[in-house]
Amino acid sequence: MHEKLIFEHSAPGRSADAQYPRVPVEAPVPAALRRASPPLLPEVSELQAVRHFTRLSQLNFSIDTHFYPLGSCTMKYNPKACNQYAMLPEFINRHPLAPESTGQGILQILCELQDMLKEVTGMRGVSLTPMAGAQGEFAGVAMIRAYYKARKDFARIEIIVPDAAHGTNPATATMCGCTVKEIPTLPNGDIDLDSLQAAVGPQTAGIMLTNPSTIGVFERHIDDLRRIVHEAGGLLYYDGANLNAILGKVRPGDMGFDVIHMNLHKTFSTPHGGGGPGSGAVGVSERLLPFLPVPIVGRESDRYRWLDEKDLPQTIGRLSNFMGNTGVLLRAYIYMRMLGRDGMQRVSEFATLNSNYLAARLRVAGFELAYPERRASHEFIVTLRHEAHEWGTNAMDFAKRLLDYGFHAPTTYFPLLVPECLLIEPTETESKEELDAFVDAMIAIRHEAETEPDKLKGAPWTLPVRRLDDVRAAKQLDLTWKAA
Amino acid sequence: MSNIPADLRFQKSHEWARLEADGTITIGISDHAQQALGDLVFVEAPEAGRHVNAGEAAAVVESVKAASDVYSPVSGEVVAGNADLGGQPELINQDPYGAGWIMRVRPDDKTQFASMLDAKAYAAALAAETH
Repeated sequence: MHEKLIFEHSAPGRSADAQYPRVPVEAPVPAALRRASPPLLPEVSELQAVRHFTRLSQLNFSIDTHFYPLGSCTMKYNPKACNQYAMLPEFINRHPLAPESTGQGILQILCELQDMLKEVTGMRGVSLTPMAGAQGEFAGVAMIRAYYKARKDFARIEIIVPDAAHGTNPATATMCGCTVKEIPTLPNGDIDLDSLQAAVGPQTAGIMLTNPSTIGVFERHIDDLRRIVHEAGGLLYYDGANLNAILGKVRPGDMGFDVIHMNLHKTFSTPHGGGGPGSGAVGVSERLLPFLPVPIVGRESDRYRWLDEKDLPQTIGRLSNFMGNTGVLLRAYIYMRMLGRDGMQRVSEFATLNSNYLAARLRVAGFELAYPERRASHEFIVTLRHEAHEWGTNAMDFAKRLLDYGFHAPTTYFPLLVPECLLIEPTETESKEELDAFVDAMIAIRHEAETEPDKLKGAPWTLPVRRLDDVRAAKQLDLTWKAA
Repeated sequence: MSNIPADLRFQKSHEWARLEADGTITIGISDHAQQALGDLVFVEAPEAGRHVNAGEAAAVVESVKAASDVYSPVSGEVVAGNADLGGQPELINQDPYGAGWIMRVRPDDKTQFASMLDAKAYAAALAAETH
């Protein structure tokens, strides 16, 4: 179904004025600053607007409608109960400037959320204020910098990142004024410790690490790695992107990490997408406690109160108005309370079981795993280099063809060190039937690749929009509608 | 199959280099590299006068799939960056060993070029990577 742009539904003079103010509003804007011509907005009726946006929403691939093997890398399934309880009027009607005395309930929830995140990550302190994962990363590296500044160790400005790292890691380090040093990954998926040993020195501020890594395996020499970095005087940063794989099983704090950011949408099932709102809570070890971003909720006997700059004079400061996205934090709290301690362990157990089941079935079906000798974590990588070489059908062709079969495509071409790769993450909530259906589709597509490769190269065939021109989109992106 | 000219030298990280008559070295990325990256949409070539170090990132190529560093195989001063790539990054896809060159460097040390892989060794490295 092709849906026209809303501007193409527009007719001059048509409007939905039921909710216009009864009295003309005098704009308190000086005449010199007012625009001379009206803005170019679509002129449609209320029903036209409702139908247009409802139809657009029905074109979405989403977790609520399709298997979504981007997994917790993007967003997990959000249980409806989390949303239901977070929408209680007592929560959504509370004003953020209301006094502490009338908000003890929400303060208690946020304090307990801090405690639960501390417990599940093994860190000593948590701040919930970062508004998204990127801001959480920023806060984490800013705390590392503040720590060295407080110690007058100004030489430590280099952040080490493995070549399999998320691109956000070097970007964050650069944003915080650090330089970046990349170290290689061994063919077996572990980090090259010799290169790490050679890279560390008096300039090392720390290492940013995702464990399990982006290639879906747990770093087996994490203890040696920790020792090398700590002995060189650096700190360890844990990128929480893959926390879903180890939830309730292993704790970053016990591995020796000094700072962690958690994307609550990845691991604790909060909404994410369309640019937010998000939450990138940060946790720290003992030595970074004084630098946590404020406000934090503190407990004094039976009262809760905001801790601010007066309580933490060395804080890196405020990252947002108020307390991060409280509505998102509430959903994470409800999710964790519903799961409980045992439930959280089941999350990582089933996330890992589902991933290994998919990997095993795909391997039996003839697909090549990028790290066949390693047990998968919550995600694994298939490389389609042979399919690309033999039949000219690359990872993007497989991804597009999956859409025709009713599956959202997995992550393509990431991590960069594996050629023609699909990074597949089913998460814990998929049934065996759904996983089997995905494998069946992959097998059918592989057969098409061998016998009718054009079916892949021209895909998708069944969606309202066919294959997009990525090159033109990158070079001549133009999102402004212009009247014909 | 990708094209590997016999008269060029290569690095495992898929850069090629050619020794010019004036002693400078022209550097680009291999046919295999441009195939693997796919359609290029952006190239950042270094400006003349910059000093680059062997093994360090000297340029950036970005395709619809990924952004990648281009590692200089030799240390030296950049004599020229290919300005045409600014408006036409696709030159690398169309002609990786010709119009798609990325930079020209005056090497500090001539032995670095001599120690690069020859075409046969690069072909063997590629075969090991893709099979």
